[in-house]
Amino acid sequence: MNKRRFDYMGLLYITPWIIGFLVFTLYPFVASFILSFTKYDILSPPKFIGFRNYIKMFTKDKNFANSLMVTFKYVVMTVPLKLIFALLIAFVLNFNLRGINFFRTAYYIPSILGGNVAVAVLWRFLFSASGGLVNQVIGLFGIDPVNWFGTPGPALFSLTLLRIWQFGSAMVIFLAALQDIPQDLYDAAAVDGANKFTVFRKITIPLLTPVIFFNFIMQLIQAFQEFNAPYLITGGGPLKATYLLPVYIYDQSFQYYNMGYGSALSWVLFVIIMIFTLLVFKSSDYWVFYSDVGEGGK
Amino acid sequence: MAETMNMEPALIESRAREQHKKLRRKHRINAGIRYFILILGAIVMLYPMLWLIGASFKTNSEIFTSIGIIPKRIDFTPYVKGWRTGTEYSFGTYFKNSFKILIPKVIFTLISCSLTAYGFARFNFPFKKQFFALLISTLLLPQVVLRIPTYLLWKRFKLLDTHASLFISSAFAVDGFFVFMLIQFFRGIPRELDESAIVDGCNSFEIFLWILLPLMKPALVSVALFQFMWTMNDFMGPLIYISSVEKYPVSIALKMSIDATSGTFEWNQVIAMSIIALLPSIILFFSAQKYFIEGIATTGIKG
Repeated sequence: MNKRRFDYMGLLYITPWIIGFLVFTLYPFVASFILSFTKYDILSPPKFIGFRNYIKMFTKDKNFANSLMVTFKYVVMTVPLKLIFALLIAFVLNFNLRGINFFRTAYYIPSILGGNVAVAVLWRFLFSASGGLVNQVIGLFGIDPVNWFGTPGPALFSLTLLRIWQFGSAMVIFLAALQDIPQDLYDAAAVDGANKFTVFRKITIPLLTPVIFFNFIMQLIQAFQEFNAPYLITGGGPLKATYLLPVYIYDQSFQYYNMGYGSALSWVLFVIIMIFTLLVFKSSDYWVFYSDVGEGGK
Repeated sequence: MAETMNMEPALIESRAREQHKKLRRKHRINAGIRYFILILGAIVMLYPMLWLIGASFKTNSEIFTSIGIIPKRIDFTPYVKGWRTGTEYSFGTYFKNSFKILIPKVIFTLISCSLTAYGFARFNFPFKKQFFALLISTLLLPQVVLRIPTYLLWKRFKLLDTHASLFISSAFAVDGFFVFMLIQFFRGIPRELDESAIVDGCNSFEIFLWILLPLMKPALVSVALFQFMWTMNDFMGPLIYISSVEKYPVSIALKMSIDATSGTFEWNQVIAMSIIALLPSIILFFSAQKYFIEGIATTGIKG
């Protein structure tokens, strides 16, 4: 690309975004950091209290410790399982099959509707202890009904299942990437006498690593911020076993109006997400394979 | 597309033929296994939704005793009663509220995001790289950290408990995903088009409006559809900002009806209203499926 002269019209066109960035991203970002060092109940002006919010959080607040644990459990269960399902189905779909569009749609629908409150309602009925569909189905296999929302482990797992059920959008991305792998690579491997497993390990997986990386990061960030499912389905219970950090942050900030403490909590969650994201980025040197083969010209 | 490499052609041909025979035999078995997995999976994926639709016509006692989809008799009373709700407002009011948020939000998003994307895709201005990096970093920024100050901002503007608090920010291209997606599309349109328009005496805004936007239609449709879905699904925004019942959108009204019926056990009404709440999204999805799939595949938007 040759260097062109600056055209200030460009700045004019992106002005809406610049304003939006300053007012709705940068300002809140900085403000919540500052607020995290205050005690603020909205009625009286914020009072600077130094690190006390953070000290309280890590030394006295049992709810925080619990929520943190529960959040980790939830993320560790949900993200890998969701990606594995997405990848698996994408592999199965990536074949010259009739009706591929039907299946792609069938798998995609839950994830496009997934955020809707109605789906949370659906989940409450499906996992209802007395006569919910899930218990009726496992009953057919002779398994005793599970009190899903009354027992800590199963309650959290029912939320995980909801998000796994919505693997569709990750799957569509995987499928697009799979279909982007040029056929000549497979042909060349076949000519060289490579067996299926080798082809899979040496061609398919390496070329997929950039999208696996992308999906992993996006799902990680999303899972850490999960609010709707625990809030609507389990209400954080039983025994706070599904009291994910975002729900706790919501309660502190908008139920008890502890805006200072709520800000500190959100900053801790933010830093945790950043650490995980950075770790994944750092690790990508070792497992993400970048090449221009899949780009298809230009 | 397929470019053959430097190899002896005869060798390639004979080996390829051999491979081809083998592959064909394998193909049948392979396809069988794949269909089996796919059909089983599709049942697991879709059964809950279909069951829910069936359940909305069932009596309250039938819901928890039958595993089947088809109700014993079709009864629309859950829909009628659910629509009226136990409050002084019907779901008609809540749908109207949802659309009062949706329509301006989608329009604002389309205008602000396409202008911003045009600026990034077609112009060379100072600090462009830095601005673009900021745009990308907002895609990864966990929104949870912005929530309290944004709430306080609306409070200061005296916009709490208004629909405006849920759509104003869209006028400023805050959804980085859409900007990014549109930039990708702009880049796919050859610059020669712009250049020939300049020769014809168009200014940059005329090029945007008359030449590029018409070509961007599929991308703009994708943006509008995704924004529609996300806004329809949005729960936390209205939960925090909207406090009067008469301004509730459908998502909050549904939550309210769950709470209201949990004492009376009118399950079929809640289920019926859940179906109604999903209906706009379902209709939209089926009428414009390809835009969703394309949109998500080209940019990797979250779903």
